[in-house]
Amino acid sequence: MAWVNAIIQGVLTGGLYALFACGLSLMFGVMKVVNLAHGDLAVVAGYIAIGIITVTHVPALWSLLIVVPVMAVLGYALQRTLIQSALDRGVLTTLIVTLGLSMVIENGLLQFFTANTRGICAGCALVQDSFSIGSQIQVAWLLVVIFAVAVVVLLGLQYFLSMSKYGRLIRAVADDKEAAQLAGADYRHVFGIAAALALATVALGGVGYGMYSTLDPTAGTDTILLFAFAAVVIGGLGSLWGTLLGGVVLGVAQQIGAQINISDELLAGFIVFLAVLVVRPQGLTSRRAQS
Amino acid sequence: MSLVTEASTQPAAAFRVTRSRRNVAWTGIAALVVVVVLALFPYIVYSGTTAILVQAFIVLTLASMWNLLAGYAGLVSVGQQGFVGLGAYFVLIFGLHGISPFDALPVAAIGCGVAALPLWWLVSRLRSGYFAIATWVLAATIMLFIERFSSIGGGSGMPLPGFTGYSSTLLTAYTYWAGLAVTVLALVAIYLLLRSRLGLVLTAIRDDEVAARSSGARVGLARMLVFVVAGIGCGAAGAVLAISQLQVQPSADFSVTWTAEMAFATIIGGLGTIEGPIIGTAVYMVLQQTLASYNAWYLIILGLVAILVALFARRGLWGLVDERLNVKLFPVGYWLRTANGDRRLGSRRQN
Repeated sequence: MAWVNAIIQGVLTGGLYALFACGLSLMFGVMKVVNLAHGDLAVVAGYIAIGIITVTHVPALWSLLIVVPVMAVLGYALQRTLIQSALDRGVLTTLIVTLGLSMVIENGLLQFFTANTRGICAGCALVQDSFSIGSQIQVAWLLVVIFAVAVVVLLGLQYFLSMSKYGRLIRAVADDKEAAQLAGADYRHVFGIAAALALATVALGGVGYGMYSTLDPTAGTDTILLFAFAAVVIGGLGSLWGTLLGGVVLGVAQQIGAQINISDELLAGFIVFLAVLVVRPQGLTSRRAQS
Repeated sequence: MSLVTEASTQPAAAFRVTRSRRNVAWTGIAALVVVVVLALFPYIVYSGTTAILVQAFIVLTLASMWNLLAGYAGLVSVGQQGFVGLGAYFVLIFGLHGISPFDALPVAAIGCGVAALPLWWLVSRLRSGYFAIATWVLAATIMLFIERFSSIGGGSGMPLPGFTGYSSTLLTAYTYWAGLAVTVLALVAIYLLLRSRLGLVLTAIRDDEVAARSSGARVGLARMLVFVVAGIGCGAAGAVLAISQLQVQPSADFSVTWTAEMAFATIIGGLGTIEGPIIGTAVYMVLQQTLASYNAWYLIILGLVAILVALFARRGLWGLVDERLNVKLFPVGYWLRTANGDRRLGSRRQN
């Protein structure tokens, strides 16, 4: 029964990891940017939510109404300024600039908000309530909600990319930005839109993580970025639903690891990641190898 | 390209290919003098100063290795802290078997080089950003793995054994010399490496990977060698770190801050030159020493400066000096000397 429990918990945390991962995957798929500041931006979103909740005393989820648009605007702005000028100068510069951004954000948070861990709405019913299956399995409502949100976000992204006018633009630019430019699409603007979408999902991931666990300045790189990346690689580069599969595999591996030995949770997840790198470097869903 | 064909049609006596416009011997003598003076420091300055210099040696060694990886081989590793930690822990493990930390240092460095081979096999198929984060995950995995063993301190680390025979003055001096030796060896090794055939391949990769490949350069092999050399260098720096701290601690030795520091020092100084990391380390140390009392500020400023340099002065501070004065402390390129004047061969910079 303990193993079934581990698998259920693992699958559900996989939804949270998919929320971390889909933004990373989207930015890589469209702009070929690997944003090393991805996790730190999630932490920033969580901190903004904490600020809003502390000041206005609104219910935790209402803060998303502000956090998600704010992060989306921030994403557009970052893409149009810093990341675009880095992209114009090459892949190496993009990595250096996002690594620098990550360092600045992390240490800035450390400087202004101390290293203390903070939870979002730790006492709320949503965070604390759970239901039981049988006598031994307790499932937190929060994880179910996060998983549902992840599925809705992925469905929404899928629909947006395949059906809407902007989605078509994004796919066109991702395929060949010069050709799209010739056909009248401003690829820089489209990149900005994609970054805005990515950071909107990052905001959901950051707030979700702050409710599920606690946030601190180093959580962005130590946890969120590494998990997001592991989920992307396990699931397969550039595949949206692959991020959910990758998140679920990572989550299940971690929970099973924790079941074997409580301190092996992270190690088990990373070992599965490395095993996928060895056996199927293109990921579980992708057919093409990344070169 | 036109430069080379043009040159080959001229009579042989009209031109000569050299490494440097100036006499290399003078730079060599100057470097030797600097090293000798630095080696005498434990007799001249206070132990506080040598402690700061040991820190500088560690950062300089790390930055030089990262420069080799990112600046020449195009491998942006964010996981070099894995080798720093491994080097530190190798010293501890040898120490627990009764080997003096100073004797363990070279063995620890070689051990890191050996460990780099299987790790390279794991990450070698990934490129750019994915390579970067995969190396990061590797470093985190190595740390989590080491933390499982309580006999080497588990998650909280432990003091290094084997220092009982040393007085504190002697220990400070030995640590300093160990750090200096590692740095000098690292710089000499990189200099010789870049002047070798492999260096030519690496410079070609730096300038244009596709062109290098299509000219028959064995890019994969060159990258593997660089990864191993960087593993050895970072491991040696980690061993010096452990010796200077007298202890190992997983979260500090495997901290990603090491990689941030080595990357930013390299970028600020100038990526793809041997001189760059030296200048960058100097800037880093000045920032760190002046802002040390303001906690994380030096890292914030370092990150901002690195972003600005990466965007607006892509050849770094050394690049600015080189553009104006055309000096080379470590000549690894070639010069064409003709009656009409000197021209640098293959002067295209990294992308």
